[in-house]
Amino acid sequence: MALLSGNEAVARGAYEHGVRVATAYPGTPSTEILENIAGYDEIDAQWSTNEKVAFEVALGAAFGGARALVALKHVGLNVAADPLFSSVHTGVTGGFIIISADDPGMHSSQNEQDNRLYARFAKLPLIEPSDGQECLDFLGVALDLSEEYGIPVLFRMSTRICHSMTPVEIGSRREVEVKDYEKDIGRRLLIPAHARRRHARLEEKLVELRQAAEDSPLNRVEDGARKIGIVTSGISYQYAKEAMPDACFLKLGFSYPFPEVLVRDFAKRFDCLHVVEEGEPFLEEQIAALGIPVVGKERIPACGELDQGIVARALNGGAGGKGRGSEPASTPPRPPVLCPGCPHRGFFYQVNKMRLTVTGDIGCYTLGALEPLNGMDTCVCMGASIGNALGFEKAQGRAFARKTVAVIGDSTFLHSGITGLIDMVYNHGTVTVVILDNSVTAMTGHQEHAGTGKTLRGEPAHAVDCQELARAVGVKHVKEVDAFDLGAVSEALAEATDTEEASVIVVRGECILRIRDRWGPALAVDPETCTACGVCLKLGCPAISRDAEGKAVIDASLCVGEVCSMCAQVCPKGCIEVGKGGGDR
Amino acid sequence: MKGTVDLMLSGVGGQGIILAGNLVADLALDAGFDVKKSEVHGMAQRGGSVVSHVRFARKVYSPVIVEGQATHLVAFELMEALRWIHMLVPGGTLIVNEQEIIPSGLTTYPKAIREGITSRCSQTVFINGGRLAAEAGNVRAVNVALLGALSKYLDFDVSEWEHAIRKRVPEKWMDVNLKAFEMGRVG
Repeated sequence: MALLSGNEAVARGAYEHGVRVATAYPGTPSTEILENIAGYDEIDAQWSTNEKVAFEVALGAAFGGARALVALKHVGLNVAADPLFSSVHTGVTGGFIIISADDPGMHSSQNEQDNRLYARFAKLPLIEPSDGQECLDFLGVALDLSEEYGIPVLFRMSTRICHSMTPVEIGSRREVEVKDYEKDIGRRLLIPAHARRRHARLEEKLVELRQAAEDSPLNRVEDGARKIGIVTSGISYQYAKEAMPDACFLKLGFSYPFPEVLVRDFAKRFDCLHVVEEGEPFLEEQIAALGIPVVGKERIPACGELDQGIVARALNGGAGGKGRGSEPASTPPRPPVLCPGCPHRGFFYQVNKMRLTVTGDIGCYTLGALEPLNGMDTCVCMGASIGNALGFEKAQGRAFARKTVAVIGDSTFLHSGITGLIDMVYNHGTVTVVILDNSVTAMTGHQEHAGTGKTLRGEPAHAVDCQELARAVGVKHVKEVDAFDLGAVSEALAEATDTEEASVIVVRGECILRIRDRWGPALAVDPETCTACGVCLKLGCPAISRDAEGKAVIDASLCVGEVCSMCAQVCPKGCIEVGKGGGDR
Repeated sequence: MKGTVDLMLSGVGGQGIILAGNLVADLALDAGFDVKKSEVHGMAQRGGSVVSHVRFARKVYSPVIVEGQATHLVAFELMEALRWIHMLVPGGTLIVNEQEIIPSGLTTYPKAIREGITSRCSQTVFINGGRLAAEAGNVRAVNVALLGALSKYLDFDVSEWEHAIRKRVPEKWMDVNLKAFEMGRVG
């Protein structure tokens, strides 16, 4: 028995159940699935440039007869939604699993969409594990199901499954041979004539799959002494079971196509059913459609995560709001922040000073939106910054564009920023695009990407050069500056925003957490000359605070030293010096 | 141990909270308990508030602790004790590291945090984990020093704790961590 996170367990499941190809683009809470799979030599594991490509590579592998999976965060599946909807029509030869790691409560996401709805929308079977053991075991069931019915399977996890550790019994690998490839354009080539037939076949498969769900051991009744009937799935099962262990449960692990007969039989024993589910009323609506009286979202919140307290109050008749316990004390928030020495800090300091409008994107640099940097106006989704900036120019005109920049990270630029840049040039946009290049996918925990020169397994690979790429799509004004040189950043911004054509600035500085060998003795403020003006504090560096007299002090245990020295550059009195602060970082 | 142990560890990203949680979870699993442990990765790494939930009993379903139910709260930072103190069950064990880390957006540490803690929990155990860890040989061992303090309130033998530390801590830091644990337990 080992304690594994859901992500570790599902990776183990991929290994044990004969998966040969696994793909992903990093995204919390799914990232560790591929990182763990990469530890198994039997599985060809890769970071893809974005989720759509990741999906297509894994689908191609399944066309080619291998067991394959793609692991995505919930919004990542939006990026891959196009091939998703087609893949249920083409079907697959090798088992193909689409892991969706949803983020109820939005711990690290821009929304909390419930991807179980994709199962109904795209018409594919849905498997919902509720702990680590089920992640491992259900993955095998899902792969068998995928191969038996020749259809992709949606495997839905959520943050509290991905990142919770639970005891898991592990086994050994079962090799599943790659099946021979046979050309079959009637299935795999979706021209309308083929697709019409495939749609009809899909509807037949869904009927067959509904029967499979009725008979599946993944759907089970757990009897209890208390005459309350609860239908639930995924992590919500754990909350409900904790809240009312002696109730009767119908636990659904294979929840779409919806096992109607099973639910009807269970419902007969009660006046009304309770449905406990996070997010959307996915099970509830399907039960209500059967004409069964059901209590669900009228008591269980649709927003945020559930827990056993919320569920207990709901099952006992109250609305599932805040619970007992003393009121939380009032404490200042402690939001995440750009690290001391972060190369992104200087850029945001300058755009704040220059009062630019900044369309933003997804990554560590989104933290530049917070006080005191205040360096961002929008953040929508991966790659949106550049299109948004062009839209601003269309709405507000050329003069506005002279005070507008789009900001995007290197990994996000390759993910989906490049298409926006092509669009900008093609449609005569003149906004400046700033690529904050820290040479890694940092926010999700330092993953390689197509621009870093290394694969997921650390093997050497071609490194895409963002400057060359920008020139190739027609940007004439491309410049690279050192992220730690604030004067150069400021100068490049002034020049580029003045240009009446599209321009790109690559602000280059490696993620400070990846260059610890260059950290040195902390900088220090000379208290004799410091006038407590507070300019250095506008950098928002966690290492800088005020002393009792309001003068700046640098925490030697946090400062990374001369490699950054942005505070010394902004100090108008020149009273911050390198190499004076000591410290052993 | 009767009933469920609901241990919450709170602090700031980078303080070694996740390792400490893993260590207690291992310890409980090895002692034959059902264990669930939960925390959130991602944004929290960037100097934000971090909590880890560790629950163990004969049978545990949910991986999270709800407000007013934590039997033990170990706060790695002063304000992160006050932020989560409402999670503690009345009479629960509260261990607080006296370290102060200024949150982003503020330039000085807020006042009266310690008073806020003691007014809500009179039995609070304050520990200078940084000093203990430094005396043991490395300030980064503060997480294990705090586990040493916690060990007095959980029903495991010292040998079981040592076994768990050996499992999770790299060999070259072993002696420092074992010493930090002992100092936390005594201190």
